[in-house]
Amino acid sequence: MPAFCSWGNYPATAQHGVLLANRHSALPVDQGSLLPFGNGRSYGDVCLNPGGAVVGSRQLNRFMAFDESSGVLRCEAGILLADILHCFVPKGWFLPVTPGTKYVSVGGAIANDVHGKNHHAVGTFGCFVEGFELLRTDGSRQYCSLQQNEALYRASIGGMGLTGFITWADIRLRRVSGSTMNEETIRFSRLDDFFSVSADSASHEYTVAWVDCAASGESLGRGLFMRANHADTENIAVKAKQRSLSVPVMPPVSLVNNWSLRAFNALYYRAPRQNRVSRQVHYDPYFYPLDSIANWNRMYGPKGFLQYQCAIPTDAGKEAIRAILKRIANSGTGSFLAVLKVFGDIASPGLVSFPMPGVTLALDFPNHGEKTQMLFKRLDEIVDAAGGRFYSAKDAHVSAQQFQAAYPAWEQLEALRDPGIMSGFWARVSGKAGD
Amino acid sequence: MANVLVIGATSAMAEAAIRLWAERGDALFLIGRNAQKLQSIADDCRVRGASQVTTAAADLNDFAQHPQLMQSAFDALGSVDVALIAHGTLGDQQQSQASYAAAMNDINSNALSAISLLTDLSNRLEAQGSGTIAVITSVAGDRGRQSNYVYGSAKAMVSVFLAGLRNRLFKRGVHVLTIKPGFVDTPMTAHLKKGPLWASAATVGAGIVNAVDKKRNTVYLPGFWWLIMQVIRHIPECVFKRLSL
Repeated sequence: MPAFCSWGNYPATAQHGVLLANRHSALPVDQGSLLPFGNGRSYGDVCLNPGGAVVGSRQLNRFMAFDESSGVLRCEAGILLADILHCFVPKGWFLPVTPGTKYVSVGGAIANDVHGKNHHAVGTFGCFVEGFELLRTDGSRQYCSLQQNEALYRASIGGMGLTGFITWADIRLRRVSGSTMNEETIRFSRLDDFFSVSADSASHEYTVAWVDCAASGESLGRGLFMRANHADTENIAVKAKQRSLSVPVMPPVSLVNNWSLRAFNALYYRAPRQNRVSRQVHYDPYFYPLDSIANWNRMYGPKGFLQYQCAIPTDAGKEAIRAILKRIANSGTGSFLAVLKVFGDIASPGLVSFPMPGVTLALDFPNHGEKTQMLFKRLDEIVDAAGGRFYSAKDAHVSAQQFQAAYPAWEQLEALRDPGIMSGFWARVSGKAGD
Repeated sequence: MANVLVIGATSAMAEAAIRLWAERGDALFLIGRNAQKLQSIADDCRVRGASQVTTAAADLNDFAQHPQLMQSAFDALGSVDVALIAHGTLGDQQQSQASYAAAMNDINSNALSAISLLTDLSNRLEAQGSGTIAVITSVAGDRGRQSNYVYGSAKAMVSVFLAGLRNRLFKRGVHVLTIKPGFVDTPMTAHLKKGPLWASAATVGAGIVNAVDKKRNTVYLPGFWWLIMQVIRHIPECVFKRLSL
């Protein structure tokens, strides 16, 4: 039986689960409440169901059809984005939206309405989902799209698997001329410069920044801004490196600590030789730098880690991010990879979707128990006051009150939830914990 | 581009190999028991790039059907460059010990059915004067052990048959490949506890495609099983019979 864990190894629930044999299979009936489980790349408890079982989609990994004229791919929900890239980049097609790992399933990408570095230009993954088949615990199967079963379609995009099991989906791919990206890296020495470079980057489809979360004072919010476009012509000299690194075993304690963090960040900030560097890179290292280190989540040791990802509305964005970075720098904890990005205003069809017009910050923290929870509480105060919200796919700490205030549509999702489905996350934020 | 015939196409190892052939644009003829599953695999192959996919649902324990099945494969493909025989069952050693009928079933589906197909297939390829026959047997056929000697002896029979066939067809331009997987994580073994020796079907599938390309004679998949089986084969019988393997 495969292990079912969340990517953060926190909360460390001993999760019971079964694999669905194929897309025609019925859901198991004797396991208590169920929860669809993709490839286990969400961080907290959104993919866990401590009160029941998870149903894995891993064996639903077949393509079904592809329409060359429209770019619409019909595939089973357990297909990984990596599988799509592997087959379709050579044919001149690319994912319309991709998160920072290609090891997520299509079902998981829909259920978490994932976003990518091109959110400001095209919106979320859900914007490219034409429709999908939803299998409910009563055995019913329905195709959901904007034209058919629209309420369930909207509730399921970003619906965290609560509305039913997505067995297969139609997603619209986009044309590219090859695997090459034109990338430009710009060093910025303070937070204000991040916002000005960002505003100046409409010419680029993909934008994201790495911030040095250990920097403080004058250097607060310094980092590297990375923007890119797909190259017009394939440069075959630009190749992806084969995966070579791995964290083979779980170290007894987290390798990420105050010293390693400061040392890494100081070096990484100075890595580009000039303040502005242009180069051609393969899409793989550009979009998925962490995928080249297998099992990197083990780096945080057996206690696991938590990710803090929030979005702040545009008006309050700059000051709230500044305040958050200040508190994190003072805390002496944080992660090598802290990411800052300005979201666009293209609305997702999803009912409970995370991105909002504004700015998002994401970073990981080794789990130091109470200490981490205290820091999160203090960060939450800033986010709540600024009218911001949290990303359920990364979350393991938000309270019911916070969640319900940030996502008023949660009640509509609750009304459309499959009564046979529950998750650790939903039990917590809907106030049903202990039910 | 090659013309590939796969018998037992719905097995997890076979499907993993089929995907790689499909991505190369090969023409495929897929035989399996479950028509719905065959259809899913065929659709997947078309999206991946297979130039042609034909399926035939058949019960391979019905040996009388074999010549007709082979005829339809050759009719659809014209000629066959690669034929992979991958069907089989794990069997139940306890049942086979208790009843000859169960043992016979096991030997029928794991050995005789393959030999029936190979007899027909080898003559067609011999007449064609080219092609590769690849057959999945098992490390279990390398030495009889109390835990699965009925299954193991069926696989051993196929392995010896293939060695002879390889010898015979070499002079005719036809290559024969014996594939011996170790523990593979597939639906057939879903009920067994997994350890570090277990490999994924995708790994074994890639190994099959590679071994066909390189015209290997016998491959253990993954390769470390060669070493394990060397050790197991060389334990003296007076010691071996006392072990609980």
